[in-house]
Amino acid sequence: MGARTINFTLNGEPVSTAIEPHRNLVELLQRYGLFGARESCGQGLCGCCTVLVDEKAVSGCLYFAVWVDGKSVTTVEHLDAGGALSHVQQAFVACGAFQCGFCTPGFVLMAHQLLKHYPDPSDENIRHYLAGNLCRCAAYPEIVEAVKQAAKTAPTRTGQPR
Amino acid sequence: MNQVGREIPRLEVGAKVSGRAEYTHNLCLPGMLYGKIFRSTVSHGRIRSIDTKAAASLAGVHLAVTGEDIRKLIPEPYYGPAFHDQPILALDKVRYVGEPVAAVLASDSHVAEQAAQLIAAHYDELPAVYDEVAAMQPDTLVHDALRPAGTFTDLKHLKGRKGTNVALDYHLRRGDADKAFASADRVIEHTFKTQQCLHLPSEPHVAIAEPGDGRLTIYTSNQTPSFIRIEIARLFGWPENRVRVKVPYLGGSYGAKVYVKLEALVAALAMLARRPVKIALTMEEQFYMITKHPTTFRIKSGVNKHGRIVARACEVYWNGGAYADIGPRVTQKSGFTAAGPYDIENVSIDSYALYTNRTPAGALRGFGVPQLVWAYESHTDLIARELGIDAVAFRRNNILRDGRPQASGTVLRDAAIGEVLDALASRIGWDAPFDRGSGALRRGRGVAIGFKASISPTTSVAVVNVSADGSIYLYKSTVDMGQGSDTAFAQIVGEVLDVKAEDVRVVAPDTDVTPYDMGTLGSRSLFHMGNAARLAAEDARAKLRALATEAGLPAGTNYPAAEIFKKRYGMQAGNVIGTASFVPNYTPPDAQTGLSDNVTPFWMVGGAAAEVEVDTETGHVRILRLVNAADCGKPINPAVARTQLSGAAIMQLGFTLSEAMQLDGGQVTNASLADYKIPGIGDIPPMEVEFVAAEQHSGPFGAKGIGETGTFGVSPAIANAIHDAVGVRITELPITAEAVLRALRAKAGRPLEDA
Repeated sequence: MGARTINFTLNGEPVSTAIEPHRNLVELLQRYGLFGARESCGQGLCGCCTVLVDEKAVSGCLYFAVWVDGKSVTTVEHLDAGGALSHVQQAFVACGAFQCGFCTPGFVLMAHQLLKHYPDPSDENIRHYLAGNLCRCAAYPEIVEAVKQAAKTAPTRTGQPR
Repeated sequence: MNQVGREIPRLEVGAKVSGRAEYTHNLCLPGMLYGKIFRSTVSHGRIRSIDTKAAASLAGVHLAVTGEDIRKLIPEPYYGPAFHDQPILALDKVRYVGEPVAAVLASDSHVAEQAAQLIAAHYDELPAVYDEVAAMQPDTLVHDALRPAGTFTDLKHLKGRKGTNVALDYHLRRGDADKAFASADRVIEHTFKTQQCLHLPSEPHVAIAEPGDGRLTIYTSNQTPSFIRIEIARLFGWPENRVRVKVPYLGGSYGAKVYVKLEALVAALAMLARRPVKIALTMEEQFYMITKHPTTFRIKSGVNKHGRIVARACEVYWNGGAYADIGPRVTQKSGFTAAGPYDIENVSIDSYALYTNRTPAGALRGFGVPQLVWAYESHTDLIARELGIDAVAFRRNNILRDGRPQASGTVLRDAAIGEVLDALASRIGWDAPFDRGSGALRRGRGVAIGFKASISPTTSVAVVNVSADGSIYLYKSTVDMGQGSDTAFAQIVGEVLDVKAEDVRVVAPDTDVTPYDMGTLGSRSLFHMGNAARLAAEDARAKLRALATEAGLPAGTNYPAAEIFKKRYGMQAGNVIGTASFVPNYTPPDAQTGLSDNVTPFWMVGGAAAEVEVDTETGHVRILRLVNAADCGKPINPAVARTQLSGAAIMQLGFTLSEAMQLDGGQVTNASLADYKIPGIGDIPPMEVEFVAAEQHSGPFGAKGIGETGTFGVSPAIANAIHDAVGVRITELPITAEAVLRALRAKAGRPLEDA
């Protein structure tokens, strides 16, 4: 199938590329050396491939690359663009909220989005919001702690996850 | 500053939270081809023909390969850690649905996938055997003859054996069980079963082979780089140094990635294609790679009127699937402890590794021990009930204590079994009354304890390098797949050399650089490689002192390493290399009695207590509390160790309540995360973990392995709690709501009809 040219914003930078319509967002990101979004279950069930498109979390394994045309894409690699880990990333470190780390980018991105909706989340909010992310190492107790800690240390401003 | 005991975050935290950690998954080499596997659609059959023409002629396909093509490259293309029984691609026969039959290579993975679908194979179907007990009969033979690997002396007698599906049988005889049963006041017998389930790491198996100049470099997500090097070299008839195996971080494993998985296939394909080849499995394909043994366990105990177990007989049948993988080792090693952590004078154990027409089974977080604990702790609970003795008191009365011989004859040392039981009883408030529920919702409590002999005999080698500025490297082939081994070793080396753990550079496994290690498996690394790292650091420290003397510095002074180097070499130059290998003693079990005075260098001990609520109208079980207690010796990093314990317990919770591979005519019918339910964040009960005060005197700074311990007690603790709540006994995993409801209705005399 023929490639289509798409223009989009990737981690704050405008980019343009030609890509075939059957390729997914994870494949597109790999072209830019971005491997933080990882295809795992291939069905949009595990959250390992989470990417923010126009600030909304999508499953990169089910999201066609051509759909980002004209949109803004943010990956986990952008969260420390300012030189320091985001408050969510710092909380994940402090709480030891992962083991193998393969699912971690997905949890971190979802936790950012969660905290935008629930600045002071309950356990129930956290469990509900992160139900679409699976961690086979089962660092779940630590992940809940990390989200709560991140809520306490969140920068007062909202908007683009930092 | 003490490094051991510090709760530092894992060394690689920054890389992992920022998505930049290196996994095999990330790697792409120039000219690399992607391989896709064409798999068998039948459980058992002779291969009549494989037609790859259409696949090979699809635009963009580089090569289509069958087992016969590989046989031209490698005359004996069979691999395996215990038996050389697994062909790289099927030869002559297929033995399970999903077995790799052919492979296609293309520079675009989508093209390879499409081409694989164009392959057609025809088989003369043979009868298949799926059940481990049925496989004891030689009616359907999965293999024509046994092919033990020459490396294990205790398997040599099996070579060429025909007419059987029994890959290995292990027998233990201690005392006289038959006589003791005859004189026992009560003899109680049960049968328990476990299901086929699997590891399902988030990162499915992935491997790359890069050929060049008569050599191969293999990049792989694998827990046993040294073994991969040896096995690939053996297949090609090469010396070890022509194969280089590099392993970055693993995206989870839990035993899925031990020994050869995709490595032989990518190596053969890369040699045939003369280009780098990458194969990355999908989540679905993991169901056709490696699983956990289903088991049938018949257990019988004789008890006297004082509530002492005087005899126990165990028959365990391990469903190993089509290829032995590490199953024979699981059969034997777990066989040592099949009678449980109790002081029993008369024990007989018969443990059988069986071939069947299923996806092969290997080791999954416990090397078979969780299956055993499920049976012996459910059984022990039932005995206590039948005798009318409190379940904890009954266990205390029979428990195995330090200084007493275990069933194998090996005397127990540094195994805090009693302490673990006490911790569980105390945490759950065993002796205190609790809310037993009302109406349709009934509550109950259960407890279970288990133990495990470490894998022995095994070797770990470590190298510590002190650079001219005093900075430290540790070279080891232990694979950090999330358990935090890099961090623990840095703390150990830092402790010896008096540097901060964070400043120790821990080099990722690369067999051209890092020395031999038997494998990152069986919770052996902290003990074995931890000891090797400690000894290598001590060796480096001694050599540094010798260098100071050589440089003319006065003895007994504490010059910084950098000054010693500068004084000796006149500038910032040189290295000090400390090395050590660690291999604990081991006595192989007697061929007749299965007894040995030294089966393991250390014992792992863990248990669980659960409080559950059962909905008697639906059979749904809610876990109200899950307590895990363990003996990890003196933890090197308590924070990381705690997450190992709780992570293992949650994983086992999945195997207890929901996870099961469903088979229909040998075909897995739920091979996806949509249909095979693993625990999510909403499934986690309130959890508590506790390490009892303990010390492993032969371990590095008193520590021992913990990776598997959290799985031991979970399943039987929950079954025991359900029995306590509603009076029904579940004897087969998983404990689904349907299973509980069926048991409730059967008990009420209104059995549910079969679905």
